[in-house]
This record gives sequence, C-alpha cells and structure tokens, in this order.
Amino acid sequence: MTLNPDAKLPETEEGTEVFSINPLIVKSHYEIDYIHSYAQDSEFFIALGKKKLLGSKCKKCGHVYATPRAHCMMCGAETEWHELPLKGKVHTFTTCYFSGEEFIKETPFNLILVEFEGVDSLFMSRLIGAETKDIYIGMPVKARFRRNQKMNVTDVYFVPDIKK
Amino acid sequence: MVSKGENVYMVSGGVTKFSKASPDMDFRLRVKKAFDYAMNDAGLSLEDIDGSVASYFSDHFQRQLMAGIMVQDYLGLVPKPSKRIEGGGATGGLAFQAGYEEIASGRMDTVVVYGFETMSHVNTWKGNEFIALASDTNFDYPIGGFYTGYYAMMAVRHMHEFGTTVEQLAKVSVKNHGNALHNPYAQSPMKLTVEEVRNSPMVSYPLTRLDVCTMSDGAAVAILASEKKAFEITDHPVLVKSIGTGTDTMRLADRPMGKVPLLPNEKPSDYENMKYPGVHSFRAGRTAAIEAYKKAGITDPLNEIDLVELHDAYTSSEIQTYEDLGLCKYGEGGQFIEEGKSNLHGKVPVNPSGGLLAAGHPVGATGIMQAVFMFWQLQHTIGKHFHDDYLQVPRAKRGIIHSHAGTGTYVTVSVMEAVQ
Repeated sequence: MTLNPDAKLPETEEGTEVFSINPLIVKSHYEIDYIHSYAQDSEFFIALGKKKLLGSKCKKCGHVYATPRAHCMMCGAETEWHELPLKGKVHTFTTCYFSGEEFIKETPFNLILVEFEGVDSLFMSRLIGAETKDIYIGMPVKARFRRNQKMNVTDVYFVPDIKK
Repeated sequence: MVSKGENVYMVSGGVTKFSKASPDMDFRLRVKKAFDYAMNDAGLSLEDIDGSVASYFSDHFQRQLMAGIMVQDYLGLVPKPSKRIEGGGATGGLAFQAGYEEIASGRMDTVVVYGFETMSHVNTWKGNEFIALASDTNFDYPIGGFYTGYYAMMAVRHMHEFGTTVEQLAKVSVKNHGNALHNPYAQSPMKLTVEEVRNSPMVSYPLTRLDVCTMSDGAAVAILASEKKAFEITDHPVLVKSIGTGTDTMRLADRPMGKVPLLPNEKPSDYENMKYPGVHSFRAGRTAAIEAYKKAGITDPLNEIDLVELHDAYTSSEIQTYEDLGLCKYGEGGQFIEEGKSNLHGKVPVNPSGGLLAAGHPVGATGIMQAVFMFWQLQHTIGKHFHDDYLQVPRAKRGIIHSHAGTGTYVTVSVMEAVQ
C-alpha cells in the first residue's frame, strides 16, 4: 500500500517578490541560453580574428555586399566571400544615450553605417574615439579589431582615420 | 497585382484608452472591452461573426505563447476560424489587411480583427531590448540593439540629403501631442513648443524623448463585413477601397541605392540624382502606396486624400512618410510640416488622433487603432465617440491608414472611403 493521505509538499524559504497587492503583481523570472549557430555566416566571424572584414560578392550579377549574405537579394544567385578594404567613410551616424537593457551600461555610444569604395551596400558598426560634434557624413574611418574575440560582430569597430 | 475580390466594408470599431501600464486588466479583458464596444455600437451578437484575425507583436512581451487563441476563447469566438498575424510594428496593419482578405475572398461575411499588446510586463529598457531583437541578431543587434538608434541614423541621412531640420522634426511632435488633447483614448496629450521638444533629454541624436513614442498597454478591434452584410448592420459602413503592402531588407546596411518607384504625379526628372531608398527613405512605404493608389484610382494623392493616420513612431518617420505617400515629393517632407500642411486645419490633416507619438503604440493594437479612428472620421462620428468633435475633419471622405514595421521592413497602406 503506497497511498498516503498525509502527503504534503515541503515548505521552503524561497518566496516571491510582490510589487502590488491589488491587482496582484509579482516578479516572474525568465532566462535562457541559446545554442546559436552562425551557420553560413560563420566565416565572417572567424575572419575578424585575422583582422579581416569579409563582405560578399554575387557570382552572377556582381553586386558587392559590405554585410555578407550567402545569396544575392538582387538576383538570387549564390555569393562568394569578398574581402573589404579596412578604410571607409561614415554614411550616417547617431549617438545613443539610451538603448536596450543589455547595452545601457555602454551608453553613450556612436552607431555608424560605413560605406566602402567599390562596395554596393553598407556595414553597421560602432565608432569610438569621436564625439557627436566631431562626426560628419563622409568622415574617413578605419576598422580595428579586438585581440580577444567575443565571437560576435563587435569584434570589429571603427575609429577616425586621421594622422595623430 | 489586380484585386478581383468582393467589396470590403468596415462596420464598427472599438479602442481601449492607451496607457503606459494598466495592470488591472490582462490582454484578454482589454480586447474584450474594445470588442464589446464595437459589437454594441453595431448591434452585433456573437452569431453574426464568422471568424477573426488576432494581431499582436511579441511573445516576449506577453510571456504567453498562443495568446491569440486565449483571446479568441475569452471572447466566446471558439470554434470559429482564426489565425494570428505578426509583422513587427506593422502587425496591426497587416492583420487589418488579413481581415480584408477574409471578406474579399468570399470566405467570410463578417470578421473581427483584434489587436493588443501589454508592454508594461517589462520595464522600458527591457522592452527596447525585446524590440531590438527584431534586428538581425548576427550583424545588427550586438552593436547596440536599439531601434531609436537605427531611425536616428535614417533621420541624420534625411537631414543630410534634403536639409531637413531638427525644428521640423519637433513640429511633428508639437502637432501630434497637441491633437491628442482632444482624443480621450490618447496616452500622452501635451501642449508643447518646439523648444520643449528640443530641450527634452536626447535619446539618440537627433531624436529627443519627445520625438519618440512610448511603450503602451492597449487593445483595438475592427469589424469588417461583406457588402450585403455591411448594409444590414449599418447605414453608414466605410468602404475599404484598396490595400497595398511593401517590404524591405531587415538590415539597413543592405538597402540599395537605385531609382525612385514613381507615383502617377511624379516624373523621372524629379529625382535624377537621387540614390533610392538608401537609408533616408522607406521603399516599402512607397511600394505599398503605389499598390493601394493604383487599385483605388488615386493619381494625385495630395488632392485626392482628405486625411491620413500614419505610423509616427518617430517624428522623423512621419516626415519621411509624407514623401513615401506622395503627399509631397521626396525631400519636401520637412517643408510640408513647416508650412502646416499636415496640421488639423491644413491641406491634409495627418494623425488627427495624435498618432503613435501621442495616442500610443501598443504594437499589435496600433494599426487597428488607426483603422478605428479613421472609421469614425469617415462616418463623421468623432463627436459621438470622443465626446468632443474638435478633431472631426469636416470634409473627411477618403482617408489613408499606414502601418510600418522596424526601419520600414513591412509597410501597409489601406484606403478607406465614406459611402454616404
């Protein structure tokens, strides 16, 4: 006989944070670690460790992408990796004083879209070493790379391309 | 594309008051309130409804997968057909169009489109993080995932290309917050000056706190019907004359530098040296307008459209959208607001409701809210529903509603017309 009418859950010391009683509002926690594959984009992230910026070029129509994609949006054909110059120009910019929660601690930071000579599309990145008032459209910038990679797109960033 | 479908009419609508947080109701009850308002206003009962479309953006915000069916269930609409539509900020506009398609195809005679979002489940910066997860998580999000930053870069480029000024952006904020003073459903009615907008905290240069919409809790419901059913329900249905939809690349970086797709009132020489859309304009908005205008026979938008409810999540987007919709030429958006053409008493009132900036932006509800406000405008019943007819546009016969997802990835344009 295993039936036990006196069975009870153990009482624990863990409680719930309550923000308000009526309506009852409680803290509800949620987190997750993803097993994220860069899949066909992997080569780009690996190349950042070799101080290379890889875009892609359509094998059929020749459209050159600063931000790589495995297939061309213009004609649908496969692209091949295409090494980009490490110097470009600011196509547009902003300075963020707020952000999503993950990046709030990094504010203020500059976002730029970079244009490269002979490349048909742009590349989004951070610009450091410049304040909003110093940044302008057409400003020469050059890529720098982290020595210790984070294995994400922030392994490359840009700085003003000027002689000290 | 030529639409061969049945005529589609809007016969009723309802909206909850949008607010930063209203934890006294969950998403189901919030939709129920808007639904009951719409059903009662049209004298409908559940038997009259053939099916529905659910509109909500984020499973992250809701922390409840399949929230759509929970609403369907709460409203008493099971076992009727339903589906969920999602497309970022354009979710509401896309859902409205999915409802249109249910009627136009002849599948249903009456369809309820309900939209909702409960953004107060997280704080603002976590909410911004959720929204930023829409951007490419390999290439864009890790750099500083923040949509205001992306729109700010577009605004900076618009200013560079066309000489648009921050004061012109601010004028959109002044107008929309001011209109909302007379909209009892609006979240942020405010009497503002250009100086106050510019002096509010900088969020992402050049956009200040008052250039940007806020997080909202809210729900909205639109009921659509076939021609036969519509005139049984009401003597004053509003014809949904046509719909148009456009798309663009998720990554701003990928946007091409090509030629402007022209509206009938434009010519190639208007834009000889323009690289389009680049990051200064929303190609999806132009694409949607071209489709919707063609089917509605609109060839001169400024003179053939009486009012517009458009997606002004940012003041800059409203200015960019004037141009996409052909209310003025590309490059003239700043001047358009400067000259007061989009004011309540201007040539073509834009966002008389206060828009997203001031009425609010509970994402899945937003595009449907626009349909409801436009429906009341075209029925000339703003006075009845707002208990104040200040915002009623006297000549409202034909209106445009415009819904837009992050950096212009999905854009919908729907043309609505008064019947009598």
